[in-house]
Amino acid sequence: MLLTRKAEFSASHVCRDPSLGDDENRALYGTNANPHGHGHNYVVEVTIEGDPDPVTGMVFDLRELKEIINAEVVDPMDHRFLNHEVPPFDQVVPTTENIAVEIWKRLHSRIDLPNAKLKNVRLYETADLYVDYGGEG
Amino acid sequence: MRLTRRYRFSASHRLNSNELTADENARLYGKCNNPYGHGHDYVLDVSVEGRVDASGQIVGRNALDELVQQRVLGHVDHRNLNCDLPELNSQVATTENLAFAIERMLARDWTLPARLARVRISETARNTFELETK
Repeated sequence: MLLTRKAEFSASHVCRDPSLGDDENRALYGTNANPHGHGHNYVVEVTIEGDPDPVTGMVFDLRELKEIINAEVVDPMDHRFLNHEVPPFDQVVPTTENIAVEIWKRLHSRIDLPNAKLKNVRLYETADLYVDYGGEG
Repeated sequence: MRLTRRYRFSASHRLNSNELTADENARLYGKCNNPYGHGHDYVLDVSVEGRVDASGQIVGRNALDELVQQRVLGHVDHRNLNCDLPELNSQVATTENLAFAIERMLARDWTLPARLARVRISETARNTFELETK
């Protein structure tokens, strides 16, 4: 069974590789490279795969899941400038792909029960663009 | 990793099969068989799958947008699918057939490093058709 919990955070970012010039960054990242940054209302959907616990009837305690997502993702990222305030994005370009990988890294060790594992992180940058990441290399 | 990008286009069509009589078409397709056609604001989701490159992306957004614009949107947006889309090969302009046509149009000259993974089209918010590509 799949269980999905949604959360939102609003953050600013800029996609620039400091080793590249303006033209190269513009070619790679388009308007995402504009130097002073811009923001999005990110939506993250965390999907867990597992079987309901025979006693509680739950795959994963939703209250605990909400607390984990808040502690690992929403609290550190909401209303922040990712490049300046949320490591590793001082070193790693905060593309949608890289933010999804970082969210996976923060969550997967905390969502790890014998009967329930983290299955997928879906991160919407806008309603028209999202990535799915399942921990693959 | 999979990245999904949403596009929109507006087009008209009429559902009518040359294999059926006028009465059979009217019964089968109902309002969708009305003689002068009708239109929808279609939503097209294109998914690509691949590894994140050194830039932190599976695919450059501009490259994907340009490809979808050139291969698909430029041929279907504000068009009549029955008259203006040779790729349908005179098939009935159902969204099922349209999904296969769009997959062919995208796949034919696919130049991106990431693999085309899925084509999903909503004819209206209530009807969605999804095609995983091989």
